[in-house]
Amino acid sequence: MNNPAKMVPVPSRAIIPERDLGVTPILEVSHLGINFGGLNAVEDFNIIVGRTEIAGLIGPNGAGKTTVFNLLTKVYQPTRGAILLDGKDTAGMSTMQINQAGIARTFQNIRLFQALSVEDNVKIGLHNQFKYSTLSGILRLPRYWDAERKAREQTLELLSIFNMERMASYKAGSLPYGAQRRLEIVRALATRPSLLLLDEPAAGMNPSETEALMANIIKIRDMFQIAIMLIEHDMRLVMGICEGIAVLNYGKIIAKGTPEEIQANPAVIEAYLGQKKEA
Amino acid sequence: MTFLSYLVSGLSLGSIYAIIALGYTMVYGIAKMLNFAHGDVIMIGGYMSFVATAHMGWPPLASVLLAMLVCTVLGVLIEQLAYKPLRTAPSLAVLITAIGVSYFLQNAALLIWSSNPKSFTSVVLLPSLKLFDGQLTISSFALVTILACVAIIIGLTFIISKTKIGKAMRAVSEDKEAAQLMGINVNQTISVTFAIGSALAAIAGVLLCSAYPILSPTTGAMPGIKAFTAAVFGGIGSIPGAFWGGLLLGLIEIFGKAYISTQLSDAIVFSILILVLLVRPTGLMGRKISEKV
Amino acid sequence: MKMTKPGQKRLISNAITYAIVIVAYVLIQILDGSGNLTSSLRGQLVPICAYIVMAVSLNLTVGVLGELSLGHAGFMSLGAFSGVIVSLGLRDTVSAGPLRLLAALLVGAVIAGLFGFIVGVPALRLRGDYLAIVTLAFGEIIKNVINTLYVGIGPDGLRISMSDQASLGLGESGTVIMRGPMGAVGVDKLASFGAGVILVLITLAIVLNLVHSRSGRAIMAVRDNRIAAESVGISITRYKLTAFIISAALAGAAGALYALNYSTVVARKFDFNTSILVLVFVVLGGIGNIRGSIIAAAVLTVLPELLRAFNDYRMLAYAVILILVMLTSNNDRLKQLRWRIRSYFQHSSRRQEAEHE
Repeated sequence: MNNPAKMVPVPSRAIIPERDLGVTPILEVSHLGINFGGLNAVEDFNIIVGRTEIAGLIGPNGAGKTTVFNLLTKVYQPTRGAILLDGKDTAGMSTMQINQAGIARTFQNIRLFQALSVEDNVKIGLHNQFKYSTLSGILRLPRYWDAERKAREQTLELLSIFNMERMASYKAGSLPYGAQRRLEIVRALATRPSLLLLDEPAAGMNPSETEALMANIIKIRDMFQIAIMLIEHDMRLVMGICEGIAVLNYGKIIAKGTPEEIQANPAVIEAYLGQKKEA
Repeated sequence: MTFLSYLVSGLSLGSIYAIIALGYTMVYGIAKMLNFAHGDVIMIGGYMSFVATAHMGWPPLASVLLAMLVCTVLGVLIEQLAYKPLRTAPSLAVLITAIGVSYFLQNAALLIWSSNPKSFTSVVLLPSLKLFDGQLTISSFALVTILACVAIIIGLTFIISKTKIGKAMRAVSEDKEAAQLMGINVNQTISVTFAIGSALAAIAGVLLCSAYPILSPTTGAMPGIKAFTAAVFGGIGSIPGAFWGGLLLGLIEIFGKAYISTQLSDAIVFSILILVLLVRPTGLMGRKISEKV
Repeated sequence: MKMTKPGQKRLISNAITYAIVIVAYVLIQILDGSGNLTSSLRGQLVPICAYIVMAVSLNLTVGVLGELSLGHAGFMSLGAFSGVIVSLGLRDTVSAGPLRLLAALLVGAVIAGLFGFIVGVPALRLRGDYLAIVTLAFGEIIKNVINTLYVGIGPDGLRISMSDQASLGLGESGTVIMRGPMGAVGVDKLASFGAGVILVLITLAIVLNLVHSRSGRAIMAVRDNRIAAESVGISITRYKLTAFIISAALAGAAGALYALNYSTVVARKFDFNTSILVLVFVVLGGIGNIRGSIIAAAVLTVLPELLRAFNDYRMLAYAVILILVMLTSNNDRLKQLRWRIRSYFQHSSRRQEAEHE
């Protein structure tokens, strides 16, 4: 892509975009690890993500990338290490709390609310944005009408990022695969995160869909001024839009750097890049 | 000594529950369904034995065998007619169908034999065992029941682990599609499981009615619920779980009645069940099901 | 407020549901007035209302929340007996029957709702069949305990004993309300068909409004994909409890209504069989289908009466009909036909979207 961000090194660990220097990084992970029955699925994972950075997490299948996402979103509690979100320690938080604190994610295997409409899926994402009590809902008090109207407006606005407004009343499970993936991203955005984790967002997409997705991810970052970290196997996408990349193999980071640095890194090439994904 | 005699009673009742629970758990493991009609097959077993002994004058062993035969045929028939067509249906639909079968069996029995309770003659005619200078009497019935249960569990474990059909049953309960792809006749395996479960139900029915010799169309209902509870509490789908769950349930029921309260025995039994499940959410021996994220 | 097309459709659908209830009420009043209502059917009117509320409230747990509950009758029982106690206890202070009925319904709902919380907190932590078993267990515990209760009103208020009537110590002036296994006796028959219909309408309003609100969406999210719901900041425990408690409270109100229709009420009436009966209503009416629950509960409650012609065979016929209905509605061939029709319509509406891309 044009205008690659200028990356500058931060003391002791990683690189972040120059424009994010001077502000607390949105994510600071140190010595993160988890042990499953004797096996270190993730070990000594360190990363710093700038506030508006698009970061990439790559590695061969089974390297532990989704496990890292699960650790960040507290699906698993780490056995070692610390995760600082916007400078605050997230130790002991639950999945629900970490989302309320600012991390949202999509899933490797799509997890939409299949029986509900596209609109409802997004509205559920807006659950904590336009609140009213259960009682207000049952009694249809004015707060209900006000909040529902605002939620609907926001839903259509969010869906328009991907030109999906017309699909608002379709059942989520009836959408084509690509649309389902995009819907999951919209739902995650609805929770107003400061860090968006995308797990293989381009899986199953054809080249033109992937191109559109790349443009949309940058658009989302620019529009909302948030950080995005993505797991991907599609190298065109990773090298195209990611500013900083970490490479994982067997649960450990084997390389970190800009796309150019990663592509030239022999350890990475050896572990992984030989198997470029077919376009 | 009273403690020991309660222990024996508890083990005896528990054995009956265990035998019933085994039927529930095996069917659940294979067909992933809760066969609510199981309790009523037990009742039919009781009636069959009653008819054989009281009306046809057969010796006890023959009437037990008749009950087993009838129940096995009945179980397989029910499976073929009511459950097999719903193999791909949501589990709640199968549950309701099983309830329909249960209603059917109860009302059929009501029509045939009326709601007047029948007096059942015990199939165990041996004398009781006296121990410790007559201080402890173990009824022959309790002995037979416990031995029967142990024999059944040993037999089942052998079948499951050493025979070809047992291996097929294990495979189908793990992954039905994969088993089919490996050439296992899934339909036959499921039918055999139902057959075994129903035969066990017959035995349980006979033993149950020998212990509590009043037989009516609703006889199987409460023991069925309790045994079903025992199967889940032991870990649904697990054969050792059903065995231990049933035994424990019997012990808790008898000790509860003896030392705490007779009227509240059901409440006690079910309360302990709840406590156990809170500590071990998948039952005593159930497998933890973790979802991949 | 601008209404979307699906929003309009939903409004119409809900209106139809309310209309069905109101029209049924009017029709029955007409039949009754013209003397065309058999006495057995008239006696069924209040129970039908109670069972409708039971079915709709169970559908909230089974259909909307997606959890199997096998102890729903336990909440009905709690509502029934607390309602009876309240109605008899207020006999001296409040003379108006309908007011006492209202008090009974409210107290029944509150007590049942409270137990919904007590049962829900441990039970909702479990999954699937294990949760179902715990609800079954609670239902049996409630039945067992109520069966041992002796309750009476003496000069200084409510007295409860677990052993026998004498130990209540009521003396001459006291009234015995509950007699252990013999249940509640001397109950004022305060319930009426009109009250029942009002309760049904209120239940509908609560459940339909809940489902189409923020909390309802959260509950359905928990049902459809628990992990995803957590990942968007929804508290699983909170919404499971919300659904469960509301469901229990409604069942409690239904129980109070039901009990105040008879002069004697025993705990055995609210047992596992009743829980299963209501579950059958819910499944036959369609899981998650509120209108279906209403129709199924009404039809299946009168069905044994209508089958009277079959005489002794009528329960057998009921069982056969149940099995046949389940088989035919889940039969593969019928399902394929339905799928083909549905996907044809979906395909033509999705064609527009495909062209746009």
